[in-house]
Amino acid sequence: MVEVRMENLVKRFGKVVAVDHVNLTIKNGEFVVLLGPSGCGKTTTLRLISGLELPDEGKIYFDNRDVTYLPPKERNISMVFQSYAVWPHMTVYDNIAFPMKIKKIDEKEIDRRVKWAAELLQIKELLNRYPHQLSGGQKQRVAVARAIVIEPSVLLMDEPLSNLDALLRMLMRSELKKLQKQLKVTTIYVTHDQVEAMVMADRVAVMNRGRIMQVGTTDEIYNKPANLFVAGFIGSPRMNFFEASVSDSTLETSSFKLTLPEEFKRVLEKQETVIVGIRPEDIYPVERGIPPGVKTIELEGKVDFIEPLGSDTIIHLKIGEILLLIKVPGSFLVEYGRKLKIALDLNKLHIFDKKTEKALI
Amino acid sequence: MPVYKGETLKMILIYAAAILIVTWILAPLGLIFLSAFAVPSEYYDIRKPIPTKFTLENVNTLLFILGAWRSTLNSLFVAILTILISFALGLPAGYSLARFMFKGRDTFKLLIIGLRMFPIIVLAVPLITIYLQIGLADTLIGVALAHTAMSLPFVVLITSSIFAGIPVDYEEAGMVFGLSRMEAFLRVTLPLALPGLAAASIFVFIMSWNEVFIASVLVLINRTLPADILISALNAPDPLKFAAGFVMVLPAMIFVFIARKYLIQVWGITIR
Repeated sequence: MVEVRMENLVKRFGKVVAVDHVNLTIKNGEFVVLLGPSGCGKTTTLRLISGLELPDEGKIYFDNRDVTYLPPKERNISMVFQSYAVWPHMTVYDNIAFPMKIKKIDEKEIDRRVKWAAELLQIKELLNRYPHQLSGGQKQRVAVARAIVIEPSVLLMDEPLSNLDALLRMLMRSELKKLQKQLKVTTIYVTHDQVEAMVMADRVAVMNRGRIMQVGTTDEIYNKPANLFVAGFIGSPRMNFFEASVSDSTLETSSFKLTLPEEFKRVLEKQETVIVGIRPEDIYPVERGIPPGVKTIELEGKVDFIEPLGSDTIIHLKIGEILLLIKVPGSFLVEYGRKLKIALDLNKLHIFDKKTEKALI
Repeated sequence: MPVYKGETLKMILIYAAAILIVTWILAPLGLIFLSAFAVPSEYYDIRKPIPTKFTLENVNTLLFILGAWRSTLNSLFVAILTILISFALGLPAGYSLARFMFKGRDTFKLLIIGLRMFPIIVLAVPLITIYLQIGLADTLIGVALAHTAMSLPFVVLITSSIFAGIPVDYEEAGMVFGLSRMEAFLRVTLPLALPGLAAASIFVFIMSWNEVFIASVLVLINRTLPADILISALNAPDPLKFAAGFVMVLPAMIFVFIARKYLIQVWGITIR
């Protein structure tokens, strides 16, 4: 178990910069998730750490050992592949034992560890089967078992749950997380599924276009997004955004004016146009009542569309040209076309610089 | 066999077509086998279209009196050597075509196929001239090299498609878990490719085994079987010709029979 440190990593494929000056330190025993849309460079970053790809610039350290140009076999890593890559010509037992055989571990010890991993992942009765006789979920367990038996310094996982059905995915999420805490192995996990990332990670690194946009705990990236990309990428339904011009502490959009309290003045100084963001769950219909102690600002609009989801309902509210999504409990009933008064939670308001897209608050 | 309602006629037609195709292939083979072992007097008897008395005499005459056993061995030697050389050269080429992106990759593939455009007749004369200069004329190695040149494009292309069909993840998993690239190839990819490679080797074997033109031009004394038969059995009585046909077909059939399982796997069908 080691600390993984990446310094200014760059990887290019032809003219495309897949990984663009990535700096990230993963602490000993930490579970870090690389999250981002497809093509954002998260898998390439993982492959650089594994040694399956070599960077064009930058360094990778495991503790203080420079591993940047070491072949994968000298890094003492394990990996769970998206396709599982369970070798089809070997039984489950041999698949799990093979990495240890390569490392010339004694037969008895191999047997002990295979049984331990099989027990842990509940695949004991599958040990004599061949991969083509297994379901996707079982193959995934075999891949995980194979990855943990060699006691790797770093465990790498490349979207290991993306080929499973929804129910199994939820189950495996918590199992993998528990397993990681039990083994205390430094883990780097790649996914495009934000829920998976937020549920499993100690820290999430959100990536876009080869760059790390923000690194933080689930709470930090959700409640304090550092920029427009993270704010828009995290959260479902997506955060509402609208452009507004600034004068003093008043924000003026194409459809309405928001006069913010004095304390926003300092933030808005020197700004001309900003992007305002607020999450659908931080907007309350006034008639439902506002939680006590919440400072709000009120607006009125027309219900344009309703998405009932059972436990929640998403209301599309039109205020002039601006569309706001509002998340309310499923018990709150509204009709199309009617007017609705809403209150925006001022503490949950996000304001971004229009040019740099960085968060001002 | 259960059949969907209204599909009885369709099944009958399918079976009829299948029987027709099988007959098309088996009838000449059957004829060769029957005639090869027929007693000559019965073979020439017009009242007996199907002989009833059989003998090993014809095959015996061909192999031991006319000495075809030597050319059979020569042919086997050439075929096996051709497989070895063409795989030693073709396998790495096929692997790199499947696994690595490099400049001129597609042009290279095209060139490989382009090699096959030259008619063998055009190549034979310059080849024997060169062979005479470097002392390869009239040697089995020379024939094997010529056959390698003929089969190599095929080996490169088919092995590259076999390797492309094996997910690179298997190999990368091997590398992550402690193998070098070479070891990962030998211990993970190669065992998975084996069925396909066996099928490819059948094609090379048969190509070399059947090849008659180059073999007759390049070799005078150490003849391979087809070249030998072409010369010695051409003027022999019919039963001997059939015996020659039998000797030609048999090893190829045995080879195909052994590798049949793999051949069919390549085409995505499994035999139960």
